[in-house]
Amino acid sequence: MAYSDKVIDHYTNPRNVGTLDKSNHKVGTGLVGAPECGDVMRLQIQVDDNNMITDAKFKTFGCGSAIASSSLATEWLKGKSIDDAMKIDNMDIVEELALPPVKIHCSVLAEDAIKAAINDYRVKNGMAPIESEKVHH
Amino acid sequence: MNLPIYLDNNATTPMDPRVLDAMIPYFTTKFGNAASRNHPFGWVAEEGVDYAREQVAKLIGASDKEIIFTSGATESDNLAIKGVFEMYKEKGNHIITTVTEHKAVLDACKHVEKLGGTVTYLPVKEDGMLDLDLLEKSMTSETILVSVMYGNNEIGVIQPIKEIAAIAHKYGALFMTDATQAVGKIPVDVNKDGIDLLALSAHKIYGPKGVGALYVRRKGPRVKVTAQIDGGGHERGMRSGTLNVPGIVGLGKACELCGLEMESEAKRLSALRDKLQTSLLELEESYVNGNTEHRLPHVANISFKYVEGEGLMMAMKDLAVSSGSACTSASLEPSYVLKSLGLSDDLAHSSIRFGLGRFTTEEEVDYAIEVTKKSVLHLRELSPLWEMFKEGIDLDKIEWAEH
Repeated sequence: MAYSDKVIDHYTNPRNVGTLDKSNHKVGTGLVGAPECGDVMRLQIQVDDNNMITDAKFKTFGCGSAIASSSLATEWLKGKSIDDAMKIDNMDIVEELALPPVKIHCSVLAEDAIKAAINDYRVKNGMAPIESEKVHH
Repeated sequence: MNLPIYLDNNATTPMDPRVLDAMIPYFTTKFGNAASRNHPFGWVAEEGVDYAREQVAKLIGASDKEIIFTSGATESDNLAIKGVFEMYKEKGNHIITTVTEHKAVLDACKHVEKLGGTVTYLPVKEDGMLDLDLLEKSMTSETILVSVMYGNNEIGVIQPIKEIAAIAHKYGALFMTDATQAVGKIPVDVNKDGIDLLALSAHKIYGPKGVGALYVRRKGPRVKVTAQIDGGGHERGMRSGTLNVPGIVGLGKACELCGLEMESEAKRLSALRDKLQTSLLELEESYVNGNTEHRLPHVANISFKYVEGEGLMMAMKDLAVSSGSACTSASLEPSYVLKSLGLSDDLAHSSIRFGLGRFTTEEEVDYAIEVTKKSVLHLRELSPLWEMFKEGIDLDKIEWAEH
């Protein structure tokens, strides 16, 4: 199975690798997946007073597509409001990276990580978490 | 040194040019059907087959009449297991095998279960070795066959074949071994080892794909298998179908070369493999999977904790290796062989199998060491698990959301 050029690009030059201070109340952290499943993503967002995402960082244990999905997610998150970020759909990631069906779960995990990070931020800042009702593709 | 480097010789091997040279005339001038008894074209082809039969037999200490040519080890495994069951089911309906066998054996056993047979799939110890006491306790008066692989394809562990065969015989059962990975790599002798049936394949020993053989003992005891492919009665009625003469000639030549070069080649490969393994174990949190004392000379299966195998293979793009991570397969389940050693799923996902071969050079091994080390370190920088491990967080205590 060959990887798409975009997966290879994100895998070879991952954007925004790193760690934000999770104890900071303006930082939201999402840790999703499980080592037994072969994928763990940690996605973090730094949010300003206007609920805009000013920075995003990730670290991922997983295959190339999982690393690329989370790298892409951090790129998309920066500059978005947390409400707009909540609308990022896993299928957008699938399309952008041309992921094959067997790798769709990587995009699902990235979407889960985004939502988990935003909800972590919301809870820390006195907002109710948003329950996702979406059925994944 | 040419890139990429092939270190996946357990999956398949490149053909030795000497094998190809031996085969070529049998595609063109010596094209006859080995079953054509009435003209020289048939005789010439038959001579080629007869000679190959001797070459194969010699490598495993058998007689030429005991070699049945097949399309490969998968067919040989199927013929042995299903064929023995059909032939001996009046005597008993129980077969014993292990959970680390190749799918060709496991799935043939499952087929036997559908036909009314009973199969015991024995677990293995943490190092991949079969527990002989457990085997003996599992033998019953109904047991007709014990099937245990010689050397494992994923971890290279070599089973105590002689002892296993002795236990099978003590209870009146036949002993079969899938020796696809062992034949041609280490000495295998059907008489010294007490093997009644043995499956082998050409493409794992620098021969062509699509050809293999099943050894079927003729004396002490005389073993019979019911044919699974019916037709013209070729191969003493055990396997019909026009013989793949060029392939068979290639298998014969491949066996001859292994016989001549095995001893020096095993020494060379185990030295290279040990160099690779020792260097890679210098990385923190890296572990060899399976017994390292009873192991094929060319294999090392190593887990690099906190790094996922498929991601790692992508980083090592100039190395052709395999991983126990099943991220590539539809099931998303990691290797059943590694899991049967009691390895946690995350370590199974982190494993890489290095399979060296006849054409592997020291320069290539040095390059592989460098690339692997660099890639593991790079991916650990990206790994949240590595960061947590370094912070002293116990990953087993985290409640992961299974997905």
